[in-house]
Amino acid sequence: MTEDHDDRQMNEFGFETRSIHAGAAPDPATGARNTPIYQTTSYVFDDVDHAASLFNLQTFGFIYSRLTNPTVAVLEERVASLEGGRAACAAGSGHAAQFLAFFSLLSPGDEFLVSKNLYGGSITQLGVSFKRLGWNAIFVDGTDPENFRRAMTPGCKAIFLEPLANPGGVVIDVETVAAIAHEAGIPLICDNTMATPYLWQPIQWGADIVIHSTTKFLSGHGTSMGGVVVESGKFDWNQNDKFPTMTQPDPAYHGLTFYETFGDFGFTMKARAVALRDFGPAMAPMNAFMTITGIETLPLRMDRHVANAQKVAEFLEDHPAVDWVSYAGLSSSPYRDLAEKYLPKGAGSVFTFGLKGGFDAGVRFVEACQLLSHLANVGDTRSLILHPASTTHRQLTDDQREAAGAGPEVMRISVGLETADDIIRDLDQALCA
Amino acid sequence: MPPLTYPDTLILRILNETTTIAMAGASANWVRPSNFAMKYLQQKGFRVIPVNPGSAGDLIHGETTYARLADIPDRFEMVDIFRNSDAAGAIVDEAIGIAPEKGIKFIWMQLGVRNDEAAARAEAAGLIVIMDRCPKIEFGRLHHELGWAGVNTGVISSKRPRLRL
Repeated sequence: MTEDHDDRQMNEFGFETRSIHAGAAPDPATGARNTPIYQTTSYVFDDVDHAASLFNLQTFGFIYSRLTNPTVAVLEERVASLEGGRAACAAGSGHAAQFLAFFSLLSPGDEFLVSKNLYGGSITQLGVSFKRLGWNAIFVDGTDPENFRRAMTPGCKAIFLEPLANPGGVVIDVETVAAIAHEAGIPLICDNTMATPYLWQPIQWGADIVIHSTTKFLSGHGTSMGGVVVESGKFDWNQNDKFPTMTQPDPAYHGLTFYETFGDFGFTMKARAVALRDFGPAMAPMNAFMTITGIETLPLRMDRHVANAQKVAEFLEDHPAVDWVSYAGLSSSPYRDLAEKYLPKGAGSVFTFGLKGGFDAGVRFVEACQLLSHLANVGDTRSLILHPASTTHRQLTDDQREAAGAGPEVMRISVGLETADDIIRDLDQALCA
Repeated sequence: MPPLTYPDTLILRILNETTTIAMAGASANWVRPSNFAMKYLQQKGFRVIPVNPGSAGDLIHGETTYARLADIPDRFEMVDIFRNSDAAGAIVDEAIGIAPEKGIKFIWMQLGVRNDEAAARAEAAGLIVIMDRCPKIEFGRLHHELGWAGVNTGVISSKRPRLRL
């Protein structure tokens, strides 16, 4: 053992320790203990040969912050560690991260299966905008895993879902869906934004790629946009001929074969060296710094988020103006058993409830809130409230809204870290307004 | 087969005690992984001697290529095998035969290369064997470089890193 290396492997350190330390070390040049904000675009080459090695990916190092940045790299390694993954690539937003993942897998004409229970923005991105690139989403009701098997086609290259779905308090049976994906020889991609790795690590249940909007609970304070793609390192891209982007020489990179060259982090290298390089949605170093700082307290914050959410959900369920509450932590939830299996620390803090007064009552209610903020985000320290039908899900059809759990009477709440009784008091007065 | 696990301390010891590597299956084609690994390890101060019967006599990154391990005139502590798992067996046996003469201490099989029978023979001969790993990736991981590419290095330390650039 040398003084620089604890003899334990990373996976023996606890989640809280890794939330604070993974990916970060004292600055080599200055000894600065916290991660510096490398507000820098570009990095000198030692000589022409060093430059060539860097550009050819023959050595590790920094060239240009569109590809890698020392502050962003700390965030990437930290999220990879917390998800139990092999490597990660950050992006400017969660949507950008999703683009990097799909671009690295799909070719025009390919298909992929998507659970209908999704963030409304993802339904549009995957179902409409991706279609223009020739990537064809097939939407299925993910609450029954067998629907994925029934919808599988020979051209399918992936299954995509949100394990704890936004906005509906729906829990997907990830272990069963992963088995269906692997039988078909394709990866399972999970958007784990709503649960965070503190509450649920989908890779442990068979997911191959995990995506986050780090804008939400990971950064945690409503300050910083960001996204990240994590790969498990366990998917064998050579098991069939479905993934030429990984297993064949890449014309966008001088004929490099990413899986053969980089092995279990080949997908991340591909996402970075081709998709991030050529499309450019890099994360800002300042946002990476804010997100790293947020993650240091993720375990503490999530414990309080779910404790407050449980109290608020129980209050709403008993309120005369409320028709129903869809929170997987309630005994009335059809997803209670799945939540106990996958989310033993708590079922998140974003959920929906229905007002007896329908659309008009929803509009009145959001406008009457005084402490809860009426805005389109989740995972803030502040409690947030939204009427999806009139905002985030407005561009969808009625059928799509119903399928996504965003009907006219539906309210979405992101329970924050204020005093639980204060959140409840504000909800009560707004419900009676 | 169960996954292989090696303590970081063992990997570091091997890399610290190695100055010269014989790379079996080294390719002159610059997009091949062996060519990548050879160039990187040279930059980190290792001497890497290519071994490839098809390129014998040719220069790769400034080093003469030899057809067989036994043809290398100098001593080398490590044999790094860039061949498939079956072909690795014969290379391991050749290394065992000349280990005392050449000073060979370590057999390293690359990512995706695993031959448990050959490993057992090498260990019985007193050699230390690593399989299904890449010395380039492990060097980068344990010297704080691999994290620059977003890879989970598994390293946590409150000490200021001393980079080997």
